Parts: sequence; C-alpha cells; structure tokens
Amino acid sequence: VKKIEAYIRHESFEPIRMELLGLGFPSLSISEVKGSGRQKGITERYRGAELTNWLRPKVKLECVVASQDVQTVVDAILKHARTGQIGDGKVFVMPVEEAYRIRTGESGEETLQAHPEVAAQATA
Amino acid sequence: MRRRTGVALLGAVLAYAVLPGVALADTKDAAAAGALPDSVAINSVWVLVAALLVIFMQAGFAFLEIGFSRAKNAGTVVAKILTNFSIAAIAYWAVGFAFAFGAGAIIGHDGFFLRDYGDPQQAFPIMGLSDATIESKWLFQFSFCAVSLAIVWGTTLERIKFAVYILYAIVFAAFIYPIASHWVFGGGWLQSNVGMQDFAGSTAVHLIGATGALAVLLQLGARRGKYGADGKPRAIPGHSMPLFGLGVLILWLGWFGFNPGSTLGAMDGRFTEVALVTMLAAAAGVLGAIAVARWKTGTIDIGMAGNGAIGALVAITAPSGYVEAWAAPIIGLIAGIIVPLGVYAIDRYIDDPVGALTAHGLCGVWGTLACGIFTSPGLAAYNAVGQAGLIYNGSFHQLGSQALGIVTVFAFVFTLSYATFYAIKKTVGLRVTAEEEDAGLDISEHGMYGYPEQFIPAPELIGYSPAPGMVPARETPRGATTKEVPV
Repeated sequence: VKKIEAYIRHESFEPIRMELLGLGFPSLSISEVKGSGRQKGITERYRGAELTNWLRPKVKLECVVASQDVQTVVDAILKHARTGQIGDGKVFVMPVEEAYRIRTGESGEETLQAHPEVAAQATA
Repeated sequence: MRRRTGVALLGAVLAYAVLPGVALADTKDAAAAGALPDSVAINSVWVLVAALLVIFMQAGFAFLEIGFSRAKNAGTVVAKILTNFSIAAIAYWAVGFAFAFGAGAIIGHDGFFLRDYGDPQQAFPIMGLSDATIESKWLFQFSFCAVSLAIVWGTTLERIKFAVYILYAIVFAAFIYPIASHWVFGGGWLQSNVGMQDFAGSTAVHLIGATGALAVLLQLGARRGKYGADGKPRAIPGHSMPLFGLGVLILWLGWFGFNPGSTLGAMDGRFTEVALVTMLAAAAGVLGAIAVARWKTGTIDIGMAGNGAIGALVAITAPSGYVEAWAAPIIGLIAGIIVPLGVYAIDRYIDDPVGALTAHGLCGVWGTLACGIFTSPGLAAYNAVGQAGLIYNGSFHQLGSQALGIVTVFAFVFTLSYATFYAIKKTVGLRVTAEEEDAGLDISEHGMYGYPEQFIPAPELIGYSPAPGMVPARETPRGATTKEVPV
C-alpha cells in the first residue's frame, strides 16, 4: 500500500480528477497549500511600497492505492499536471503501514479506492 | 509632433474653460438684488439632493459588482468606478451636456463647457419646465450619464483590460450617451416628434448602458471556466453576498433621486408621487423574482432577490412620471418575473456575471413599453409628451411610439459601441491573458490585491526581508504574475 502525494497547479486538478475517476480511483483528498520552489514569487505594490510574495498557492493531492496501482495514478498526474513551465509541482510516493475502513472496520487493500463493480459503473 | 499638438489642444481647451463666463453670475446678481425667486432656491435644492442620491448609486454599482466578483477581482472594481465616474464628469461638462440638452432635433448645440449659452430657458428648452439653476441640472444629468456608463461594465467583470474602461468611457460620455439620450429625453426628435415617453430613462439610461454591455460582451467572450467541455454553463459564485446586498440597497435608495428627481422641481409636489410609484414597483419586483426563482430552482436565490429589485426599478423608471400608483406594482411584478427567466436564458449563451443584460436591458425594454400600456391621460397631458396608454384608450399608438424609440436607440448605441470596441480590440485589445485572468485582475492590472491577507501567507505579510538567496524584488517585471522564471 502506497500513498501518493502530489503538489500541483489548481487548474490541473480537474483533468486529473476526471481521469482517476475513469480509472477507478475515486478516493482522494486535496488541500489548498502555499509553498515555494523554483517558481518565482510575485511583487505587490501597495501605495508605492513593494511587498514580495514568494509562497505561491498550490493544490496538494493525496491518494492511497495498492502498490501495483502506483504507476497508473502517477502517470495520470504527470500527464495532466505538466505544462513544461517551472511551477508544475512535484509528486512523492511513500509506503503506508496499514489502512482501515471506518464504517466496517475491515482493513487491507480492499478498503482502498472503489470496489471493482463500483469502478465498472463509474466507467460505464 | 503629435504630442505638441495634443498639449496645444489641451491648453486651448483649458484657456477657454477658465475665461470668465456669464453663467455663474446669473443667480449671484439676482440674489444680491434680492430678486432670486424662492422657487429657484427650492427647486435647486431638490434637484441637487436628487443628484447626490444618484451619485451615491456609484457606490451601489461598486458593491454589487464587487460582491458578484471573485475575491481576486474585488479591488479593480473600485479603481474602475472612480476612474469612469471622473472621466464622465469631465467629458459631460465639456461636450456631453450640450449635446444632450442643448436645443436641436438631432443633436444639441448650446452650453459647451457650461458657458456662453445665454438664456438657459432657450438654450436648454426641454428643462425649461423648472427654474432650478443650470448647475444643479447639470450635476443631476451628469449623474445619469455616470449611471449609464456604470451599467456597461457589470457584464465584463473578471477578464477585461483596464484600458478599455478608459477609452470607451470617453466616447460614451462625450458622444454615445449624450446623443441617444438627447433623442429620448433631451428634447430630440423621439421625444418631440414621435412622442416617446421615458420619464427618467428606462431606455435613455438603462437600455443604453445595457446595449453597450452587449456590444462589448459579444467581442469579449466568457470567463475561463464558465462553460464546461459539454458547453453547459457553470456557476462562478461571487465572493460576497452581503456586499452585493449592500449594493442593491444603495441603488434602491439612489433611485429615489433618479425617478423623483426627474421632475427637476419641487413646486408642484409631483416628486413625492413619483417616489411612491418607485417604491411600490421595486417591492413587487423582489416578490416576483423570488417567487419565480423558487418555482424554477426550488430555492430563494439571494442574487435573484436583488436583481428583482433592480429590474423592477429599471422598469418603473420610464413610467414613473406617467402612471398612477396602482399600475406600479403590476409593472414591477412583471419585471421581477422577467429577471430570473432572462438570467437563466442568457446564461446559457453569454457570460454576464451580474445579470445586467436582463435587469437593465430586458427590464428597460419592458418599462419603456409599459408606458404605452399604462400611461394615464392626465399625466400624458401634464408632461405634454405622447398620449394615454392602451388600457385607457384602446389605441396601440403610444405603444408603437415606445417600440420605435427602443429600436432606434438600440440600433444607434449598438452600432457605435460595437465599432468602438472593435477598434479597441484591434489596437490595445479587450481581454487580459489567460494567466492574468487566473491570477486575478487585482494583481495583474493593479499590482496589488483587494484582500491581501487572503492571497499572501501571513508569514510573508509581516513584511520582513525576502528569504536569503531569493532574487531582489525589483527584478520582478512589472505586472508579472504567474510568469515563472528560474531563480
């Protein structure tokens, strides 16, 4: 079981979301984050004085999947998040010890993402 | 060379403006001799108070548009309203007022720079019904021009270049609005020869503004993300319904200057009747709009409640001096019903973030036509324009005059506006880039945010020096927003 954590542009989220839904990965979380990297900051001018802002807004996408699905999900993210410009973001993959579904108490890979029949409905 | 000619022209204009005129001396001399009639003072006070109420409507437009914009586009509205209001004042003083209210069937020709017009009763014949000072009348009519101009821009929020506001404002306040409004209520041919009734400007102010809005919108296009891949419209919610509501209520208040002030005097007491008619129509408009919104969507939409008030106020603007009080709630209710239906229909094809095409356009048309139905014989005779409406005399004559006026004004304003925006599009351009639109017009057009705390993380807003190793701030190109450059 792995967790994929991607820092992406806001506008790339919607296409990634649609592709992951189609592939049967509906379970994910996002948060609005601010961070810095190689992307340059912006300068605000307020009544003649300057204020430079280095932390730029990004979307953090988190998605936990079975190990054999990691490449599929990462590929979907890379495909839609890449514009070729600095500021496209980064993807991290990390191991996860265990996963539980709270409603039923079951654990293991079957708690991740949609059941196959649900995924089939989503793609149909 | 061009620059020197421009400076010389500006100098000539200023010299002409500061040369001693005769206008301001008129009332002063009369007052000194103890011969200023009381009616001049009383009428001037009312016209000036009405003008101030209409001027306050600029705050209404500002808050309405700010509320309907996303937070990243809130500040630019403030700069736009102030800039446009100021351009309109100078242009209307220089030529606009003379074109709009000077004598003449097609275009007025007295009172450029509000001077050397001689006897005001002859220079501005249509306003001779009141002896209020010409300065109070100027301020009142200028505030109308500024309202009409403000209506143009609500449709263009969140994607238009700031320069477009400036360029079109000059053409609009100096030529388009003055000429078209001259025909309708400045003593021009539609009023004098056709007998078109428009008491305070359903057509002359609101339809003109909405027509300019349509002309720019057709060339500007929708905001990014407004229409999905399937072509269906998506909601782009504005960031503050409370500010929107404040804007609506300020506009509503301002309308008590707009309609009752169009009596241009207080001596006959008519202005209080017009105020009553205005209030009743607006109330019915809100109720009509929320009822239709509830019926069509299952909820009482906050924006529709506000737009219902605006739509009804626009509709009652033309008939406010021509109809009896009983007709006002009917006219307002129908406008309130038009508002949601118009907004839903228009939203499927063109992106009008504030619903101005419906509230000012469709309701302006309805209000103008309503004169042809509800105008009472007594008030038509009292105002000495046109005749009674359909329900009184069974004749479609007045309705036909109203329709002719609407079509003429729409065609004139649309043609000139479309050409102006086309020229702007081919030279400086109408739209900001996609990157600037994503970043928001506050930062792209003005280099600052309307709500800094919302966009700049708190640790950076404290304002210590940049992190070590970062590029000094001055190397950031002006206007750079999402343009990425490696450090």
